[in-house]
Amino acid sequence: MDKIYKALAEIVGEEFVSNRKEELYIYSRDSGLSEPRFPDYVVMPRTVEEVQKIIQLANKEKIHVVPAGASLSLSGLTIPQKGGIVIDMRRMDRILELNRKGRYVVLEAGVTQGKLQAFLEENAPDLCHSLPEAPPSATVVGNLVIHGQGNLTQAYGFNSSMISGLEVVLPNGEICRIGSCSLSPYWFSIEPLPYLAGLFLGWFGTTGVITKVGLRLYPKKKLRDVELFVLEDPKLVSEVIYRVTHTEMAEDITTVAQPYPLMFQGTIMIGIYLTGDTEEELEFKRRLIWSSLSELIKAKEGGFMALTPDMKVGFLEKPMSSLTRSADILKGGGFVYCGAIIPIEKFPEALKKLFEIAERNGVTFAHTGRVIGRGHCMMFAFAYPFNRADLERMEKAKRALFDSYVATLEIGGVPWKPGAEEQKLILERMDKNSVELIKRIRELLDPNKIMNPGNWEVEL
Amino acid sequence: MSMELHRCFRCGWCKLPSDFVDYNCPSYAKFRFESFSPGGRLWLIRAWLNRELTWSENFAKILFSCVACKNCAEQCKMRFKDEIVDWITSAKSLAIEKGLAPPKVRDFLENIAKHGNPWGLPRAQRASWLDLNKFEGEEDLLYIGCECAYEERGQKMAKNVIELFKIAGLSFGTLGNEEECDGNEAYMLGELGLFQELASKNTQKFKELGVKKVITISPHAFNAMKKYPNRDFEVLHFTQLLLELIQKGKLKLSELDLTVTYHDPCFLGRHNGIYSEPRKILKSIPGLKLVEMKRNKENSFCCGGGSGNFVFDLLGGSESPARLRVREALNTGAEILAVACPICKAMFEDAVKDEASDLEVKDIAEILLRSAERI
Ligand SMILES: Cc1cc2nc3c(=O)[nH]c(=O)nc-3n(C[C@H](O)[C@H](O)[C@H](O)COP(=O)(O)OP(=O)(O)OC[C@H]3O[C@@H](n4cnc5c(N)ncnc54)[C@H](O)[C@@H]3O)c2cc1C
Ligand code: SF4
Ligand code: SF4
Repeated sequence: MDKIYKALAEIVGEEFVSNRKEELYIYSRDSGLSEPRFPDYVVMPRTVEEVQKIIQLANKEKIHVVPAGASLSLSGLTIPQKGGIVIDMRRMDRILELNRKGRYVVLEAGVTQGKLQAFLEENAPDLCHSLPEAPPSATVVGNLVIHGQGNLTQAYGFNSSMISGLEVVLPNGEICRIGSCSLSPYWFSIEPLPYLAGLFLGWFGTTGVITKVGLRLYPKKKLRDVELFVLEDPKLVSEVIYRVTHTEMAEDITTVAQPYPLMFQGTIMIGIYLTGDTEEELEFKRRLIWSSLSELIKAKEGGFMALTPDMKVGFLEKPMSSLTRSADILKGGGFVYCGAIIPIEKFPEALKKLFEIAERNGVTFAHTGRVIGRGHCMMFAFAYPFNRADLERMEKAKRALFDSYVATLEIGGVPWKPGAEEQKLILERMDKNSVELIKRIRELLDPNKIMNPGNWEVEL
Repeated sequence: MSMELHRCFRCGWCKLPSDFVDYNCPSYAKFRFESFSPGGRLWLIRAWLNRELTWSENFAKILFSCVACKNCAEQCKMRFKDEIVDWITSAKSLAIEKGLAPPKVRDFLENIAKHGNPWGLPRAQRASWLDLNKFEGEEDLLYIGCECAYEERGQKMAKNVIELFKIAGLSFGTLGNEEECDGNEAYMLGELGLFQELASKNTQKFKELGVKKVITISPHAFNAMKKYPNRDFEVLHFTQLLLELIQKGKLKLSELDLTVTYHDPCFLGRHNGIYSEPRKILKSIPGLKLVEMKRNKENSFCCGGGSGNFVFDLLGGSESPARLRVREALNTGAEILAVACPICKAMFEDAVKDEASDLEVKDIAEILLRSAERI
């Protein structure tokens, strides 16, 4: 029997390792448009010690490893660019601790967004985490690794800034704790120690395998509502966001612009979510938000759209399944998006680019966005549905996607969760000393170059 | 079929129940490779049809360990959701047609075709244990079904149902050894030819005997008969009839001090939308406390026995769906796990033994009988 297969089977049990072609096929691709690349093995550990042994084996055998959650980033981030072992982390799915008063949970790395959501619903209904609109089968850690955003991002920043502790298996197989949990039994804070968490976030699994995470929770109010502000002039979007964030009354602020349904063509919708424990609290917040926009309403620059209860249900669903459903717009099982992290005043430029790119490539498009922090920046998605059975359309969507990455950089933005190819675009434009630092950190942590090669790879 | 398979996004909503508490696709919950999830399975079927992948033992396991529980169709967010199980069934059908099905699956179907039951046991044995008159124009026909006819635990369940019907003074008979397999598993395995043959044999027999109403013990039979073409008889699951009997005052119930949790069988629940009758029966027993498992009704977690797996059992082992479910039942604090399906009953009784648990698995008829007999 294959030596590596045998060693992996000894570590995790034969049931949880595969080099069979069906598993290799499935883990060679994700739901996006990246080129498939086959792993040699897929393995599913249950404990940190098993992860450690897998990494030690990989060092010994000089074989690559790629940590994977649900592979839903859509940019091919768990596709093994240079083969090796894909570590599917989802058997490590225990929620280890809830500290209610301290408002944090400690999770294993394979816990899904859905599982955490359900756990809190049952055990701490007055607490919530920042939930992305990703399918509930996505993992919490996968989202943190890519600096994801959720419904609390407008108030508290990127989801990764809500981490209160980490446990990581380093590329050399050592287990390392980061934050208060490195010297205390409590996982309440990453600060005030040297900020080591930054070595593992945004690195796409190239600097270690996260095995546990402490995650901050926030007050969950009993009621949640949404108001939809509709306007036509993209230049006013940043003004609306500025005014609404000034009130500090919104939970989440999102943007939508799409050609369909036709009644919405040419308009931009800004979803303003509010929460409260009582109707009075909601009403108070609603009034402040409305009055912050009253001048724009009076000047007929925009207005609030009345939403039917049915429409509200769709907007208030957590997570919103309508985003997943957009993969079926062309009856084709797919969409991809370039999530551009941009300053909010760049909204009009980004939207213009989106229209141009869609027209140039002859593709269907949509834009959704989310405000990050109190207007500190936003995620602007250039989204393209495609039909998996239509190669020509897939090619067009791929080109539009690539153009969107370029456009993001041109307008001074930073592409979020870029795939291997797009990472190169970023590295090309990045300050040379920063690139050098990335390279040195990787070399230092991973001398055998086993971790997810092809990602953040500096070819100097 | 291949025209539509590409619409699956492999987004994974279908692995979960509506409140996301845990994985709810039994084969994914057991094997945990993405290839065993509904989306993974659909992508592999597409790859097989497109000749990107060739048939293999592992692919056979992936395909036939789908128990047709329908959780995926319930939870998928796409407009094609109702077709998912049919797509998987069609792939099974194609595999069988090409002679690729694993030997255990082949034997299962051959036995049904030759002997009228999946174990290949003699027809003469079908009703040898049954002490009941053959149907002679009574009001109802009680359809026993293979799982109750040949399996000791199923026989016990059938006897409980019969006893209750007798107490309620119901006029009914059975087909004895002349009963044919209902064909549900043939249908779910995509052996439509065999299903149609069985359906027409059964329909013909019912017609000859003047049967107007069939009561099934197994939800699988209930599901199959609902699909019979040109059906001119009514079909009820025994829990529907029992509830009616209770409501008409034909069964008087005395107190039972029990805490019970109820498992919704897929072919009664998700496939046919019957959730309330079994619960109403249990709640009508004075003193009985019904507690729910986290995953219930539309979110019920399958026992792992569907689509022939109660015989060829591709999902067995320490993390089998049945064992996971038994652990979930134990978490409710219930002393009894109530079932309404002979397959679930057998699967859970085995799981309880393997788990060395003192949870009791009882069919609803047995619980009701205990309460009815005390009067
Ligand atoms: C319909 C839809 C809507 C979405 N909406 C949002 C949204 O609102 N907000 C948002 O932020 N995202 C969104 N996403 C993107 C993405 O699905 C989520 O961010 C998701 O949470 C990623 O988790 P995952 O488990 O799929 O991660 P994966 O894709 O599996 O992994 C992401 C990265 O993390 C690495 N990784 C995974 N686990 C580990 C580990 N244990 N240790 C080290 N590295 C690891 C992987 O190697 C990879 O580089 C959406 C996606 C879809 C399809
Ligand atoms: S079947 Fe539906 S829910 Fe499941 S992966 Fe495919 S598209 Fe997603
Ligand atoms: S029918 Fe059940 S077992 Fe089959 S894929 Fe769907 S959820 Fe899984």
